[in-house]
Amino acid sequence: MLDFGILFPAVLNGLTTGAVYALVALGLTLIYGVLHIINFAHGAALMMALYGVYFLKQFLGLDPYLALLPMVALMFVGGYALQRGIINRASHGKDENILLVTLGLSIVLENIALLAFKSDTRSIETAYTLATVAIGPAMIAVPKLVAFAGALVTSAVLLWIVRGTDLGRAIRAVAREKHGARLVGIDVDHVYAMSFGIGLACLGAAACFLLPAYYVNPQVGNGFVLVAFTIVVLGGMGSFAGALLGGLLIGVVESLGGLWFGESLGQIGIFLLFIAVLLFRPQGLFGTKG
Amino acid sequence: MSAPTLNRRRFVAQTGAAATALAFPLVGGAQPKPVRVGVLHPVTGALAYSGQQCREGALMAIEDINKAGGIKALGGAKIEPLLGDAQSTPAAGTAEVEKMNEAGVSAVVGAYASAICLATTQAAAKYNLPHIVDVGVADQIVERGLKNTFRFAPGYKKCAEIALANLHVLNTAAGKPAKTVMIIHEESLFGTGTANLLARELPGYGYEVKEVIKHANPTRDFNNIVLRMKAVNPDIVIPANYYNEYALLVRTMQQQKVEPKAIYSVLGGAASSYKFVKEFPQAANGIIDCNHWFNPRDKRSLDLKKRVEAKNLFYSYEVFLTYTAMRLLADTLERAKSADRAAIVSALETSTFSDHFLPYGPTKFVNGQNAGAQPLMTQVLDNDIKVIVPRDYRQADPVFPLKA
Repeated sequence: MLDFGILFPAVLNGLTTGAVYALVALGLTLIYGVLHIINFAHGAALMMALYGVYFLKQFLGLDPYLALLPMVALMFVGGYALQRGIINRASHGKDENILLVTLGLSIVLENIALLAFKSDTRSIETAYTLATVAIGPAMIAVPKLVAFAGALVTSAVLLWIVRGTDLGRAIRAVAREKHGARLVGIDVDHVYAMSFGIGLACLGAAACFLLPAYYVNPQVGNGFVLVAFTIVVLGGMGSFAGALLGGLLIGVVESLGGLWFGESLGQIGIFLLFIAVLLFRPQGLFGTKG
Repeated sequence: MSAPTLNRRRFVAQTGAAATALAFPLVGGAQPKPVRVGVLHPVTGALAYSGQQCREGALMAIEDINKAGGIKALGGAKIEPLLGDAQSTPAAGTAEVEKMNEAGVSAVVGAYASAICLATTQAAAKYNLPHIVDVGVADQIVERGLKNTFRFAPGYKKCAEIALANLHVLNTAAGKPAKTVMIIHEESLFGTGTANLLARELPGYGYEVKEVIKHANPTRDFNNIVLRMKAVNPDIVIPANYYNEYALLVRTMQQQKVEPKAIYSVLGGAASSYKFVKEFPQAANGIIDCNHWFNPRDKRSLDLKKRVEAKNLFYSYEVFLTYTAMRLLADTLERAKSADRAAIVSALETSTFSDHFLPYGPTKFVNGQNAGAQPLMTQVLDNDIKVIVPRDYRQADPVFPLKA
C-alpha cells in the first residue's frame, strides 16, 4: 500500500480533486467567511451553473472552457440579483432569516431543476474528456489538470480583488464593521450583493472546470456543499489562501483515506482532520484570531 | 329570524344528499368504479432518475390497459393511479404507503430500490394491501413471509448464480484465461448483498477474489479504486452499483488505461443501459452484464421500446419491469374479478400470467417470488446491447475475453 507507484498517483489525484473542492469553497469563503451569510443555496447554485455549462455545450456547441466567460458573468449577475432582490429583502438583516431563506432557495432551485430538466444524469463528451497525461507513474485526466490550474488562477484573481481594489477594501470594511462602513459612505447593500455575485461567479468557473470530467443532475450540488463548508472553516473563515490550501489538503486526505480505510470510509480522514483543527487551531489554518 | 334560515339550509342539505344518493347508482351503472392503484417510486432524491423511469413504465401500462377497455371482469373499470414519491428514502416510502392505504387503494406497485421496497412491503402488510415489487432485487424482500408481497422479477441471488455459472461457461470455452476477480460495489443493500454472494461463491468455481471494494453513493472520484485495480491487476472486474457511479468507474478505467480481460457486471447500473452506450460508446464497448432484460424476439418489447424512445426517454429496465408489473396487476384483477385486497392476494398466489414479453414464462409465485423469473446476459457490441446467453434469446455470440 505504500508503494510509490500507488501513493504518488493517489496524492496527485487528491490534489486535483481538491482543486475542484477549493473552487467551490472559494466562493463560499467570500460569502460565508467574509459576510457571514450561511449560504445553503451554494450547492443548488453550483448545480444551476453546471446545467448552464451543459446547455451551452448542447445547444450552442460552446466548449466548457470557452463557456467560462459567459458563465462567470451570468452567475455574477444572477448572484447579485438574488442577494439584492430576494435574500436581502426577505431576511431583514437577521442572520437566522438568511439561513432559512437560502435553505428555502436551495429547495426551490433543486425542484425547479427537477421539474425542468428531470432527474436525468447528464454528462458531456469533449475531445479531452477521456484524455490523460502521464506524470511519472501517474495518469492524470486532462480536465482535472485544467481544473487545478483554474483553481490557482481563480484564487489569485479573488485575492487581487479583495486586496487590490476599492471594492475589495469596501468588502473588508463591511466585513469588519458594517455600521462604520455605512458611516464612511460605503453602500453596504451594494457591497453585500457584489460579494454574493462574486461568490457565485466562482461557482460559474467551478462548473466549467468540473463538467468535462463529471456529471450534472438536480442533486449534484449536495455532494460538494458539506465539503466546501468544512474547507472554509478548516482554512480559516474568509481566507482565500486557506480555502485553496484547505481544499487541496482535504482532497489529498480523502484520497489517502480512501486508499487506507477503504473507499466508503475515505471521508473519515476529512472529519478527523477537521476535529483536530477545531481543537488545536479553532481559527482555522490560515485564519486570524478574533 | 334565524330558525327559518337554518331550516332552509337543512332542507337544502338533505335534498342534496338524497339527490346524490339517487344519482350515484345511475352513474355507477353507466361507469364502473375505477380501481385505485398506488404507483410508488423514488421520483425525487438520489434515485430520482430510476424512479421516474419506473413511473413512466407504470403510467404507460395503465394507459394501455385503460385504452383496451379497462378491467373487463369488473365491467370495464379503469385503473386510476395514485402517484407516490418515496423521496429515495425508506421512511418516505412508508409514509406514502400509509397515505395510499387511507386513500383506499386496491394494490401498490413499486418501489424500485431494495431498501425502499423492504420498508414499503412491510408497511403494506399491516393492511394486507397487495404490493407488487417491480425491481427491488434484495431477496430479503420476499423472504420474510409477508403474504401481501409479490416480486415479478428475479432477485440478486438468482442473478448472481446465473452470472457465475455463465462466467464459468464462457471462461472454460475460452480456455480459462481468467483466474482472478475484483469486485467493486455500492454500499447499500443491493450492492453489498450482491458482492457478498459473489465473493462467497466465486472461489468454488476456481476464481481467486483479489479484492472487494465498497464505495459510497455518490462517489465523486474513482481514481483511487482504479489505482488499486491497476496494482491488483485482476483478470475480471465485477461492478455492482447504480448508474452514475458505474459510468464514472468505467470512464476512469478508460482514462487510466486499465483493460481487464472482461468487465463482467451483475445488475450493473449502466452496463446494459442504452443511455450509457449512446453517451460513452467507447467506454461501454464489450461490457457484459447479467441483468433484467426483455425477450428481444418478442415484437411487443420492441414496440414498447419505440414508444418509449418517441418520448425522448431511454428504454431502461426500470421502464419495462414496472410496465410489466402493472400489467400483471391488471391480469390479476381480471382473475380476481374483484378489487378487494384479499381477493387480489389470492389471485396473485395462483396467477399464471403469460401475456408479457419478459423471458420468464407464465408466472408462478412461490412464497411471493416469481419462480420463472430470470435475468439475461447481455454484451455491448457494435454500439448496441445484444443478448448473448441463454441460447433461446441469443442475438450475438459472446466476445470473451475482450482481448486475446
